[in-house]
Amino acid sequence: MKKTLLGTVMALAMGSTAVPATAATEIQWWHAFTGRLGDLLAEQIETFNASQDDYVVVGTHKGNYSEALNAGIAAFRAGEQPHILMVFEVGTATMMSAQGAIKPVYELMKESGAEFDADAYLPPVKGYYTTAEGEMLSLPYNSSTPVLYVNRDALVEAGLDPDMDLTTWEQVDAALDKIKEAGSDCPLTTAWQSWVHLENLSAYHDVPFASKDNGFTGLDTELAFNGPVQVAHIQAMGDWAKDGKFMYAGRRNEGGANFRAGECAFFTESSAGYAGVKAEAEFDFEIRPLPYWSTVEAAPQNTIIGGSSLWVLNGHEAEEYKGVAQFLNFLSSSDVQAKWHQDTGYLPITTAAYEQTKAEGFYDENPGTDIAILQMTGKPTTGNSKGLRLGSFDQIRGIIDEELEAVWTGDKDAQTALDSAVNRGNQLLRRFEQANK
Amino acid sequence: MTFKGWRLPVLLILPQALITAVFFFWPAGQAIYQSAFIPDPFGLKSQFVGLGNFEYLFSDPYYLASFKTTAIFSILVTLVSMSVALWLALMADRIIKGSGTYRTFLIWPYAVAPAVAGVLWLFMFNPNVGIASWYLDQIGYDWNHKLNSGQAMWLVVLASSWGRISYNFLFFLAGLQAVPKSVIEAAAIDGAHFWRRFWTIVFPLLSPTTFFLLVVNIVYAFFETFGVIHTITSGGPQQSTTILVYKVFSDGFVGQDLGSSAAQSVVLLVVVGLLTVIQFKFIERRVHY
Repeated sequence: MKKTLLGTVMALAMGSTAVPATAATEIQWWHAFTGRLGDLLAEQIETFNASQDDYVVVGTHKGNYSEALNAGIAAFRAGEQPHILMVFEVGTATMMSAQGAIKPVYELMKESGAEFDADAYLPPVKGYYTTAEGEMLSLPYNSSTPVLYVNRDALVEAGLDPDMDLTTWEQVDAALDKIKEAGSDCPLTTAWQSWVHLENLSAYHDVPFASKDNGFTGLDTELAFNGPVQVAHIQAMGDWAKDGKFMYAGRRNEGGANFRAGECAFFTESSAGYAGVKAEAEFDFEIRPLPYWSTVEAAPQNTIIGGSSLWVLNGHEAEEYKGVAQFLNFLSSSDVQAKWHQDTGYLPITTAAYEQTKAEGFYDENPGTDIAILQMTGKPTTGNSKGLRLGSFDQIRGIIDEELEAVWTGDKDAQTALDSAVNRGNQLLRRFEQANK
Repeated sequence: MTFKGWRLPVLLILPQALITAVFFFWPAGQAIYQSAFIPDPFGLKSQFVGLGNFEYLFSDPYYLASFKTTAIFSILVTLVSMSVALWLALMADRIIKGSGTYRTFLIWPYAVAPAVAGVLWLFMFNPNVGIASWYLDQIGYDWNHKLNSGQAMWLVVLASSWGRISYNFLFFLAGLQAVPKSVIEAAAIDGAHFWRRFWTIVFPLLSPTTFFLLVVNIVYAFFETFGVIHTITSGGPQQSTTILVYKVFSDGFVGQDLGSSAAQSVVLLVVVGLLTVIQFKFIERRVHY
């Protein structure tokens, strides 16, 4: 799959931002970021390109996460794949089973002789993208975890103490009652319902989301999120929805608009939503750890990540892979990571970047920004809290969304809806298993 | 006219035959071939499953429900877009002053791409910030197409019909103008009022146009409404707006399940073929040319 000259020229013409005249080796990076994240990503590329003369990284935006993954797959089939492809955490299993299409990061680093220490990365971040043997397959790029955003003004309005304990869902429930009584239309809303209220709920309470350590140890995994802990939580939320204590705004982060406008008192959302809330909220807000149910003994375990990692694709020259290795090392350096973490609210992916941010006094100036890290690293991970590795997971999330919506509207009770989601999802897992035999 | 020999006729149909072969038979053949396999997304390996993909499809209650959804959706889109267009055409046909302006305005929405039309309607009916949902809220109607299946269906039907009305309008107007004035005037002299003239003379004479539009609109509702559905509902809530062609896309390009996607295209091919045969066999009999 050698790249033709024409292909290179075309790729250059299509995707280049700044192309110097020197004969530097070009490295293609397809990503899914626009807006502020896109700008920050472009800045990283520029810094790298300016720091050396041998390689030129060219970043190309290929649509949202799903679209970027599709573009990468289609390009691979056509033999025109980029060197680096950004893939969201949901696509991890798909990429992992594509042996022959990917070049594992640990292998890349070994072959190109670059310095690489997998232990430098935060364990829950690293765990998501390594094999059972501890070999890192893709490089974590942006990772976040769900936290609870609190509108302190709304609590005061409802006659509550804004510093009240909100560690458990029981306490939150009591607060929701008060806020509802005070006349609020939106005591609680959420973003990414499946990720926060099923995937993370399971890990946080140390119950399986799927068998075989959530799919880490075998393709013959089966979904298991219709257990008592998950059912109780979803049923509670369904009841809240019925009583007007939980307002459902949509499958993605639509609820963020309502929270930032000051309509909602509580909002469960990714820690990466921090920058947006900080920029727009005209009320006093703070970040609290994600609540858990006090009735579950194992809670709080740790939450898991969402976000993307960078996959290196097969079929390029060894010389180009040297540049890729150098670039990936640059991206994980403490300076780059600490800046990325502070600018976006994403987690620092290395322990060093976390220590650096702490030393710079960032957490003292921005209270609550370290909660996500503490919540993720508080306890050593278990088989239930390492992450998820499930094929066709994008579609399974769609199924979960549908079934949860049926609970919010009162069409189904939690047990029926989750049983149905498990059955439908298992069919997709069997298809995936068959395709990757 | 008749040709001597066979060379020239073959040469003359060759371009069309080639285009059909390259753009229709070859891809359709590929779809049929691929429907017997479960490939991995990257095309690295592939498992032969025979009719396994079809068995899987027809044991999926959501796939079966998608047929019903498609039927309801197509009938509604066809009905709404054709009846509104016919009504507008009738009215525009009677206008004497400034008819050109009216017609231009009515044809305009056709120039809007389906995905853009989808976004427009989505903005207006956004449950949180949409202007239409705000007005509905004012009159005490709770609009949330993200949770309410019926509302979601109506929204995609309206958005899909909207641009289509213009297209249908154009054909109906042309059809109306082709109706001989003498027949209508004779009926008017006999004392037939406007609606009477419409139902007994104009509508039957319009039937070739109506039939043509019926076929074209059903095919449109089946295949080209994809952009609207993708932008407005993504097939939700609970797959209540997942029509067959949208499922082909979401299984193939979101789920990366190309085997199932290929099998679905084959099913779709058969369905549309059957529909067209039915239309020509049974409905065309009632058309007066």
